[in-house]
Amino acid sequence: MRITVDAERCVGSGMCVLTVGEVFDQCQDDGKVIVLRPEPPAETQDAVREAVDLCPAAAIALSADRRP
Amino acid sequence: MGESLYAVTTMPTARQPGCPFDPPAELTDARRHGPISRYTFPGGRPGWLITGYDLVRSVLAEPRFSSRKELMRHPTIDYGDIEIPPAPPGEFLLMDEPQHSRYRKPLISKFTVRRMRLLTERVERITADHLDAMEEAGPPADLVTAFAKPIPAIMICELLGVPYQDRGSFQEQVDSFMNGETSDEDLIAAYTATQDYLAGLVAAKRANPTDDVLSDLTDSDLTDEELKGIALILLAAGLDTTANMLALGTFALLRNPEQLAALRADPALADGAVEELLRYLSVAKTFMRTALEDVELGGQTIKAGSPVILSYHTANRDPERFADPHVLDLRRRDGGHLAFGHGIHQCLGQQLARVEMRVAFPALVDRFPTLRLAVPPEGVALRPETADIYGVKSLPVTWDA
Ligand code: HEM
Ligand code: SF4
Repeated sequence: MRITVDAERCVGSGMCVLTVGEVFDQCQDDGKVIVLRPEPPAETQDAVREAVDLCPAAAIALSADRRP
Repeated sequence: MGESLYAVTTMPTARQPGCPFDPPAELTDARRHGPISRYTFPGGRPGWLITGYDLVRSVLAEPRFSSRKELMRHPTIDYGDIEIPPAPPGEFLLMDEPQHSRYRKPLISKFTVRRMRLLTERVERITADHLDAMEEAGPPADLVTAFAKPIPAIMICELLGVPYQDRGSFQEQVDSFMNGETSDEDLIAAYTATQDYLAGLVAAKRANPTDDVLSDLTDSDLTDEELKGIALILLAAGLDTTANMLALGTFALLRNPEQLAALRADPALADGAVEELLRYLSVAKTFMRTALEDVELGGQTIKAGSPVILSYHTANRDPERFADPHVLDLRRRDGGHLAFGHGIHQCLGQQLARVEMRVAFPALVDRFPTLRLAVPPEGVALRPETADIYGVKSLPVTWDA
């Protein structure tokens, strides 16, 4: 699993950070999403999928390949 | 199929007696017929009422549905064809892109998960102080004035940089334009007084910046008028919502003693308890959108210009999304409730509200193991359904001193 985010779309809700803090954070300067683990460990992947679904701005995408 | 679509003729003004936490029966009935119903707005304008989870969420994610104030129509009052002015500068809740993000963007770094968690200790201190004061004064107490209002009020005032000595009068003003029962005249007076106060505050921060959100924002290209609007929206959105969650949430816990006992016994339940109370109570119960073009939704065509009422409360009680939706179950782990909305307007202050509730509920139930209502449950005064934010007017409680 590989995570890509669209910071342009991100509205800084923090839902992703709340859901999987090991994988997502928010930039201190602009509050937008940062991906800490673009290839999230297996044990976080269900939570990552949940974060994708919860993101209010549809700013997080998943792909199977390393190069989407 | 359009012919057989369920129509709601009047928006309810009250809940069923004895069911202070449940959406009005009319709205729950509408949802039972289907996620979308017709609703004719005053003056005969055709509109829609959306009560199902999936459809509410998809409208909120859809930029073809606008939040612009000037396009909104009041769901129950006929103002005729008067022109509604756009939202004043800074009041981005009622704007679309790109205006909306001009204001939201500089704010999001101030309300991140991390920054709000750093306020935990401060919330604990304020909460403890108010519990001390309640204990000292002895039972009974009105939980709204002793606890539910001051905690969010102090937090938002500190964030914004409202000086301590101004907080009392300031909160009274904000209160009177939020409670849904103030006469038009008093409402305008309170609103004007708040506006004037905030204009002065912005000027003061520009002259003498301090360590707070408003002062930080003076260091941007936002005008004083815009800063005033931002301050107003933060207050209007941040005070009454959290205060009502705390008071109504306590009422709900007291009416569900086994749930309250579970929370008291297991501090690890607090995060889930907060999410479940948010879902179950949905105090920010309905919002509106207007279609900017024809949109297909739930098998219907929403014509451009049509007003749409979204019931977040019934969406959060949708049995197709939440099992046994009318049961308060603090151990529920579904997630995804719409109590903070969805889409670009999803609550900016949600992480602050979470920290406040996460601290305040457990602290309250720990401090007073015998906490109970001081009046029969039907004696608790509820806000009318016409108020923007639902809640209790007061919550008389008592305990064994
Ligand atoms: C439990 C307490 C709260 C609830 C239930 C709540 C609920 C909501 C909801 C449902 C919306 C979206 C409205 C829509 O869809 O049009 C919203 C937006 C907003 N809330 Fe909250 N809120 C709470 C606390 C706060 C706090 C503490 C603050 C401030 C610090 C705040 C600031 C805002 C702002 C500024 C917006 C507008 C966001 C935008 O338009 O982009 N809220 N809130
Ligand atoms: S959930 Fe979406 S909008 Fe919210 S911070 Fe994460 S990426 Fe941004």
